[in-house]
Amino acid sequence: MKRFATALGAVALLVTACGGGPQSGGDSKLTGGKIVLGVLNDQSAGYSALSGKNSVEAVKMAIEDFKAKYGDKAVTSDIEVVDADHQNKPDVANTKAAEFYDRDGVDAILDVPTSSAALKVADVAKAKKKLYFNITAATTDLTGKSCNKYTFHYAYDTYMLANGTGKNATENGAKNWYIVYPNYAFGQDMERSFKAAVEKAGGHVVGEDAAPFPSDNFSTYLLKAPTLNPKPDVIGTMQAGSDLVNLVKQYNEFKLRDKGVGLSVGLMFLTDIHSLTPAALAGTTYTDAWYWNFDAKNREWADKFKARTGSRPTFAHAANYSAATQYLEAVQAAGTDDADKVVAQLEGKKVDDFFLRNGEIRKADHRVLHDAYLAQVKQPDEVKEDWDYVKILKTIPAAEAFRAPSPDCQL
Amino acid sequence: MTNFLEQTFNGLVSGSFLALLALGLAVIFGLLRVVNFAHGAIYMLGAFGAYVLADELGLSFWAALIAVPLGLAVVGVVLERAFIHRLTRLDPLYNFLLTFGLTLILQDLVKARYGVQSSPYAVPSALSGSVDLGLFEFPAYRVFVLAMSVAICVGVWALLTRTRIGMVVRAATERPELTRAFGIDVGRWITPVFGFGVALAGLAGVLAAPMRAVHPLMGADLIIVVFAVVVIGGLGSIFGSVAVGFVIGVLQVWAEAYAPESWRALIAQTLPFLLMAVVLLWRPAGLFGREETA
Repeated sequence: MKRFATALGAVALLVTACGGGPQSGGDSKLTGGKIVLGVLNDQSAGYSALSGKNSVEAVKMAIEDFKAKYGDKAVTSDIEVVDADHQNKPDVANTKAAEFYDRDGVDAILDVPTSSAALKVADVAKAKKKLYFNITAATTDLTGKSCNKYTFHYAYDTYMLANGTGKNATENGAKNWYIVYPNYAFGQDMERSFKAAVEKAGGHVVGEDAAPFPSDNFSTYLLKAPTLNPKPDVIGTMQAGSDLVNLVKQYNEFKLRDKGVGLSVGLMFLTDIHSLTPAALAGTTYTDAWYWNFDAKNREWADKFKARTGSRPTFAHAANYSAATQYLEAVQAAGTDDADKVVAQLEGKKVDDFFLRNGEIRKADHRVLHDAYLAQVKQPDEVKEDWDYVKILKTIPAAEAFRAPSPDCQL
Repeated sequence: MTNFLEQTFNGLVSGSFLALLALGLAVIFGLLRVVNFAHGAIYMLGAFGAYVLADELGLSFWAALIAVPLGLAVVGVVLERAFIHRLTRLDPLYNFLLTFGLTLILQDLVKARYGVQSSPYAVPSALSGSVDLGLFEFPAYRVFVLAMSVAICVGVWALLTRTRIGMVVRAATERPELTRAFGIDVGRWITPVFGFGVALAGLAGVLAAPMRAVHPLMGADLIIVVFAVVVIGGLGSIFGSVAVGFVIGVLQVWAEAYAPESWRALIAQTLPFLLMAVVLLWRPAGLFGREETA
């Protein structure tokens, strides 16, 4: 009898232990009864200011707004965020992404700066059949040869940057270019895209150099620039984060602007301008995916962001918010977090939120299309408010901002 | 040719930082037998010190150039007395780990206070122009950095070879037991020498602030190269560390400018470590090191 009781007790325990799953999953069709978003990004090094912890904060804002919008009608009120530091290392990103999906029950991974790391995570998403919204990496391979059914490329890419900045600057008279780029996937991709855009617009690349990454010394290239023949009108730098800060500081030190060699920046974030001060970059043009003080709608969100973080959002922060929101909306519409059903909701969807202006989630390659902006850093005396460092010269319509779907992409 | 000389001169400027940092490391290792991993973090603190003094107290670069190294020397003395001193009798690995831990703490404290984005710092206005060096013009600030670094290295060399203090330090570096046997109190020099080495790193940091990104991790990548420099020069060899610092600076610039096009970045980045590997195989004590100190 005693033995029977023990056995019964064990069965009862087993039932209670396992019972939770099917029961709560039964109403909401959510794995584990909840939605888990995983933010994977750089939280310690060169790219942590432009995304980092504040991207996690932006995703939390999206969840709060989603809950407030749907209240009791929300697919679940149990929505969690987990985050991790991938240190910009592809191997770390690979391991963390697998841990997110397998151990933490993450339904969708967001952010992931550094192209080489971003591509690894795309492979993991494909293998695990789970969603992945890349925000902060630039490589067009995410919608090219490395594209897959579960990966969406959300905010920008090298084509958008090159086409916006390279084409416009060349058409405005910068015919000869000297391109300096960091020697890894992002830089190499940027160099190809820029070269193509410059040459298409009738310009000429007179020199190009891969620089060590990371580096604190760019003087070799800055000394070389004026000696090239023909002399370049502009140095196109593809450096980002603290590398960009180093390069711009040294560009000013060598007074290249006075020697007739301008500066054009491939990828720049608001936080970079803040570090360098607008004076160091005054007049520099670049392509921006979003700007916080563009209109009242953007500013409204930027005010909320500032109240929580103390700084103004970069486009990466805004895009993380937007991607988290669009994911939650898709789960709400599908009534499940089943990855295939959520993908079906997202594909081809036209969206217009404060980040995605005239937005569309393109079905063919999962490139998210939206308006981009040609921006120029203000002169120091034009800056009237902290963090308001940029004026928007022109809006590049969503249809022109991104490349046509690549034949390399087979979803 | 002019361009080659210009690039070489430029390499000496970037070598200045390696030399100053390696000099501090070598002095500390010589007397304390401590590999100070926190040297890179101190360099970062030097740059942040200059930024904070300018931003919060309005002090000029010139004031920072004096005040920051002095302040960091005090920090060094406190660190030595409070922590490092307790571990010197144990395996050197303990102090290596201790200073590595200190590095992480210092970096995170700076991150927590000043954030992860780079802090702005401008070139002092007196040095914002260019200097005509005959064959070419060069930014005045860079010329100043090189001159300063050479002056300090020569000054330290003079201190070590021409003064009584230097004699004691050199004797204690080469034959600590024998020096003690002569009745010289080696121990009393340990704390000031550590403070001095740390001050040199802080000085390098102040010099870096106007021309490099002032960032919590600015020393983290640099210190690895400096370790390679010190190993190539010979651990504890002061002359070797300084000379190799300048040489590596020049070689890296040459690689960036003149190596075969598709290999430039890779060669520039790996060169210090390739040289280190070769030197270790060929002369395990380093180019200027002595077998018994290695």
